[in-house]
Amino acid sequence: MNPALLLARTLRDPASAKGLGPQEWTTLFAVARAEQLIGTLALRIHGLPMPEDARRIVRDAIASAEQGRTAALWEAEMARRALGDIPLVLLKGTAFAAAGLEAGRGRSIGDLDILVPRDLIGEAEVRLLAAGWEWVKPDPYDDAYYRRWMHELPPLIHRERDRMIDVHHTILPLTARVTPDADALLAAARPLENGMQVLSPNDMLCHAAAHLFADGDLAGGMRNLWDVHCLVEQFGTEGLEARADQHGLAGHVTRAIRLSQALYGPEPLAGTTGGWGDSLYLRRLTARDGWGRPTRKLTRLAFYIRSHWLRMPPAMLARHLWTKWRKGHAP
Amino acid sequence: MRHVTSLRIGPVGFRIGSDWRAPVAALDDLYRDYPRPEVPDFNVHLFAARPWRKYLRPSVHIGGDFVIPDAAPLPLAQGLLAAEMGMNLQMALGQRGYLLLHASGVERDGRAVLMTGISGAGKSTLAALLMARGWRLMGDEFVLVDPATGMAHAFPRLISLKNEAIPVAEALLPGARFGPLLEGTPKGTLRHIVPDARAIAAMAEPAAPALILFPRFGFAPAERPVPPSEAFVRLTQASTNYVNLAERGFEALTRLVASVPSHAIDYPDTETALAMVERLA
Repeated sequence: MNPALLLARTLRDPASAKGLGPQEWTTLFAVARAEQLIGTLALRIHGLPMPEDARRIVRDAIASAEQGRTAALWEAEMARRALGDIPLVLLKGTAFAAAGLEAGRGRSIGDLDILVPRDLIGEAEVRLLAAGWEWVKPDPYDDAYYRRWMHELPPLIHRERDRMIDVHHTILPLTARVTPDADALLAAARPLENGMQVLSPNDMLCHAAAHLFADGDLAGGMRNLWDVHCLVEQFGTEGLEARADQHGLAGHVTRAIRLSQALYGPEPLAGTTGGWGDSLYLRRLTARDGWGRPTRKLTRLAFYIRSHWLRMPPAMLARHLWTKWRKGHAP
Repeated sequence: MRHVTSLRIGPVGFRIGSDWRAPVAALDDLYRDYPRPEVPDFNVHLFAARPWRKYLRPSVHIGGDFVIPDAAPLPLAQGLLAAEMGMNLQMALGQRGYLLLHASGVERDGRAVLMTGISGAGKSTLAALLMARGWRLMGDEFVLVDPATGMAHAFPRLISLKNEAIPVAEALLPGARFGPLLEGTPKGTLRHIVPDARAIAAMAEPAAPALILFPRFGFAPAERPVPPSEAFVRLTQASTNYVNLAERGFEALTRLVASVPSHAIDYPDTETALAMVERLA
C-alpha cells in the first residue's frame, strides 16, 4: 500500500491499525512525521493494541503535541498583548487549538498566523517591532515584494522566543486571480473568551481551501485536508457554497471537500472520485515513500510551477522567477 | 533505500537506510551484538543528492525524520561517521521522551556518574577508560534522564575518540574492538570503540544518578563542589531538548541538580582524572 494512503486509512479508521505488522508501523510513523500528522495520528490510535515500541512513540508524540499547543497559545497571547486594541483573528492551527476544535487535536502548529484589518496593518507592524519581533527577510527585493503584492507582512520572528508570526490582511496574495472578501471574513469572525477571535467555520474551510489550492504547491496537503475533514465533520457544510462563492473560492472548496473525502472518508478510500484532475492532486498529495521522503519529482515540480502561475499574472511571474533565478534560487 | 539495518541503543531504536553498502556493513559489524527494535523510533537516510554522486566522488548526505538543512555531506569513506551523526541528529532534534544531557555516563553498584563539559574536556576518553576499569559504560554522547522517574538511561553508542585520545585509548584498552581509523573528518581523526559486552548486555537497565562531574582537561589538578544553581545553568546548556520538553524538562533538571552533588574537576592527565573520579564517586 502507498505509505501516505496507509496514513490516511489509519487516520480515518484507527481500528485498522490493529492488523499492522512492524514494517507497516515503521512506515506509518515515518510518513506521519513527514506530513506533520504524528500528533494527530498518535491521539487517534492511542489506547489500541500495538507493539511496545509503537506505544512509546505514540506516548512521546502526544506529549510533544500537548507542549506544542501550549507554546502556540502562549505565542498568540504574546501577540495579543503586543497589539493592544488592534483586533486580531487567529488563523489555522492556533485558531483550531484556541477554539478547542477537533481539527486542533494533536495538530502540529508552526508559525502564528493572524488576520488584522488592512488599514491597521502598518500600526500592527510598528507595535510588533516594538515588542521584540524582527524582520526575517533581509533582501530588499523580497521585502518590497511582500509589501506591494502579498496578503501579509514580511514574516517576523521574535528575537527571544524564536517564533515566527505571519500578519495577514487577507487570505490570498493581491496578485492572485481570486480575491477573497477580507472585510466579510473579519465581520463574521467569532470572539473567544480571551479577547481574540477566530474565523467562522465556513470561512475556516474557505481559508483552508485557498491556502491549499490557490496559494501553495500542495506541500502539507494531507494535514490541510485533515483540517478540512474535521471542520466538515464538526460543523457540516450549511451555507458553505454561498460563502465560497462570495470569496470566489467555490471551485477550490468543492475540490478540497472531494479530496478530503477521498483520503479520509466518508467516501471509500480507494479510487479517485471526480475524474483525472482529482487523481493528479491525489498523486501529488500522496507522494511519499516508506521513509517519509518525497517521491514523484515531476508531479511535485508541476505543482510548484502551478502554484506560482496561480499567484501571479504571466508577465509578473516571468519577472519574479527571473529575479529569483539570478539570486540563485531553485525549487 | 537499497541497504537497510536497524539497531537499538539503550531505549531508542533506529532504522538506517543507505544508498551504499559500506556504511550499513560497518554498522552491522560494529553493532553486531546489539538488539534490533521492532518499530524504530527514528529513521536515518544516507543518500546521494544527485544520482551520479552515488558513484562519482561519492558524497553522503545525512537525512532523517529530523534534520538540519545545509549540513555538509561527507565522503563515502566516512559513511560510518555520517550514520553516527544521523543518529545523533535524530536524538538532538527529535527526542521527546527523555531529557537529553550531552554527557558521558558510567555506572557502578547502581550509581551513575554523569560527566559533561565542552568538546575536548575529555568526556569520551574518561568514559572509555572507566569502562576498562570495570565501570559499566552508559554512553559517551548522551545520557537520557527519564522525567517521570529521574533515572538515567544508558545510550551506549560507539565511543567516539578524537585525535590524540586515540593512541591513549588504544594503549589502555588492548582487548577492545575498534572501528576503522577515519582521517580528515570535520572533527579531525576519529576512531570508534565498541562498548564492552557488559555495557551492551545491561543497556536496558537504568541507574540512579549519584554524581555530576564537569571535567576540564589540561589544567593543574583541582576540584571544587558546584552549587545546584550553577549545575542547573550548565546542564541547560548541555541539553539539546531542554527547551522543547518545557515543564517536564525543568522538573527533571531541577530534581537532578537538587538531589545529586556536582563537582568541577581540572586534570592534567587521564591517570589523575581517573583517580579523582573514583575518589568522588
